[in-house]
Amino acid sequence: MKPLLSAVALIALTLPAHANKVFVSNEKGNTITVIDSDSWEVLTEFQAGNRPRGITISPDGTKVYVCASDDDTVRVFDADTYEELYTLPSGPDPELFVLHPSGNPLYIANEDDNLVTVTDTETRTVLAEIPVGVEPEGMGISADASFVVNTSETTNMAHFISTDDFQIKHNVLVDQRPRYAQYTADGTRLYVSSEIGGTVSVMDIAEDGTPELVQKIGFEVPGVLPEWLQPVGVKVTEDGSRVFVALGPANRVAVIDGESLEVIDYIIVGQRVWQMAFTPDEQFLVTTNGNSNDVTVIDVEAEKAIRTIQVGQQPWGVVVQPDMN
Amino acid sequence: MIRILATLAVLVAAAGSAAAVEVSAAVLRIDYPTLAPISRYDAVPEDMGFAGAALADQDNATTGQFLGHSYDTRTVAVPPEEADAALDDLLSEGVGLFVILAQAEDVTRLTDRASDDGALVFNAAAPDKGLRQEGCRANLLHVAPSRAMLADAVIQFAGWKKWDRLYMVHGSNPSDLALAEAYRRAVAKFGLTLVGEQVFEDTGGSRRTDSGTTQVQRQLPVDLQEAPDHDVLIAADASDVFAPYLTYHQWTPRAVMGSAGLRPVSFNPALEAWGATQFQRRFEDLASRYVREEDYATWLALRVIGEAVTRTGAADPDTVRDYVLSDAFELAAFKGQAVTFRDWNGQMRQPVLLFDGRLTVSVSPQDGYLHQVSPLDTLGIDRPESSCTAFQ
Repeated sequence: MKPLLSAVALIALTLPAHANKVFVSNEKGNTITVIDSDSWEVLTEFQAGNRPRGITISPDGTKVYVCASDDDTVRVFDADTYEELYTLPSGPDPELFVLHPSGNPLYIANEDDNLVTVTDTETRTVLAEIPVGVEPEGMGISADASFVVNTSETTNMAHFISTDDFQIKHNVLVDQRPRYAQYTADGTRLYVSSEIGGTVSVMDIAEDGTPELVQKIGFEVPGVLPEWLQPVGVKVTEDGSRVFVALGPANRVAVIDGESLEVIDYIIVGQRVWQMAFTPDEQFLVTTNGNSNDVTVIDVEAEKAIRTIQVGQQPWGVVVQPDMN
Repeated sequence: MIRILATLAVLVAAAGSAAAVEVSAAVLRIDYPTLAPISRYDAVPEDMGFAGAALADQDNATTGQFLGHSYDTRTVAVPPEEADAALDDLLSEGVGLFVILAQAEDVTRLTDRASDDGALVFNAAAPDKGLRQEGCRANLLHVAPSRAMLADAVIQFAGWKKWDRLYMVHGSNPSDLALAEAYRRAVAKFGLTLVGEQVFEDTGGSRRTDSGTTQVQRQLPVDLQEAPDHDVLIAADASDVFAPYLTYHQWTPRAVMGSAGLRPVSFNPALEAWGATQFQRRFEDLASRYVREEDYATWLALRVIGEAVTRTGAADPDTVRDYVLSDAFELAAFKGQAVTFRDWNGQMRQPVLLFDGRLTVSVSPQDGYLHQVSPLDTLGIDRPESSCTAFQ
């Protein structure tokens, strides 16, 4: 192990100032691929347990959290050495999660058991289990962290869970198979993607967190059957002006104007694009393409795909390390 | 650690305008006297179909708790002669939504009997054309794919492969002949060539004797040696008499499709794509076995009901029927795209999986088979071909 570790350390030392590590979970390969966001070279690939899907990182950028779905646990890795530090209790079949902006706790969707599990990342204990709809997946957290939103894929609802008392305060029916929930940075809006419904539901969020469904955005690409326009991952720029939606087997990322809510562009990426992550400066957006086993790097301002990087088997999730000073 | 036990009252309040709805449905299965299947892998479990109902009840109840909707589905298995009485009992108990697993003629009779009470019936097993054509009923919706859809799914795949020359062996029972006719229709529809066909007489011989293998290995190739050159051998054996023996026992080595080899199915336990893994796991946890098509169809029928109740807030048969036949209805069914109903004969539009017994080899409709409404309508009886008038 030692030579490998020092080699990794050496690479870390030679990274330019604004390079960030991009961590990609490979669902079928059971690994995490690490990519340097400056050179876009693959730094390494390390084992991450069985069926790694959801992936996130602590606010200080030191710990990578991975939903090891088939191990019924969240594995925590050192972002420098890639060593597994410990595991967190997650409840069965964790799929996707969202971290409190402070780094604690972690809100985890348990896909097989219709639960959201709240786990304290410090004490490594479960704080609460909240019964939700069938096949919970998408997890979003409001800007002020007062609400966590979970989407249940077979119940077709967005459940608004208070982070104070862990009670569901609102349920909003959306279109078939909601996969992802993303608040805007100012907390006034929530986007929920519906994979089989083919839409993104737009909700206005009141001061007290109450949602109001205001619009559903549909998609249309000449030459692509409407059935294959399946929205999954959603990312919104910090200023809310652009919304990027991964369209699964349509192999495209839609670009939506955050003001008019019109689709303004489609960017061709790899096959079966699901999840996405911005680099901290929002210069780039990285997409996971599960069927072509690669990630696409999108130049956010130009709204163009600039690079494809081969990763492991069936990439699912992606997270980018925050700037480390 | 605290487990949040949110009370129903709180949840209902959170859901806003929800009103309490009790959904009372029944699954009625007729158990016919049948021979054991050729392969013991195909042994029929006692809870066939019912396990799918149990999962659907769980799924619907989980959703319903947020809306104040509760689901109670009765499951009844009867021999053919007791089916009418069982239906009457359920009707008298106020059940208005039925899933029926039975042969076509029984489905028709029970559906008519149920229509007197205004009940809605979902056909979860019978593939017959007649039920969807002249014999269609306004209160009968078909979750099970038709023979025409299944045959079209196979022939589209052969066409996509450019394996255009087909030779068919079909059984001698009425259901085999109907299946053979579905294949002839599909071959003509998609412009392939049926180079010949022959019948495999069901003479009631022993299918699973100790010497069966030897006999099959010696006799089948001889039976098939006169077949003109072909790319694919189509097996039309709805009676499960001979098809599984065909592979490896032909005269010429060719792919087998249809009732053996590459089979068209509504679902299979190996499917992982489109979130199906979650369905498989939930089902296996509940039933301690792999899912069968009958389970999937029953689950799907009850989920159709659940979706209609969730969206409309009502559970009466007329509201459910109107909603599921409307443009507003769509349902995710772990097959990669929403399933909907054809408003001309009540057949559910759905992809058909092509399964080799271990893997989903392909999914029809195939690329390139286009349609002005939905590629799914390239499978089965399309609107212009429909002779069903009950939906007008």
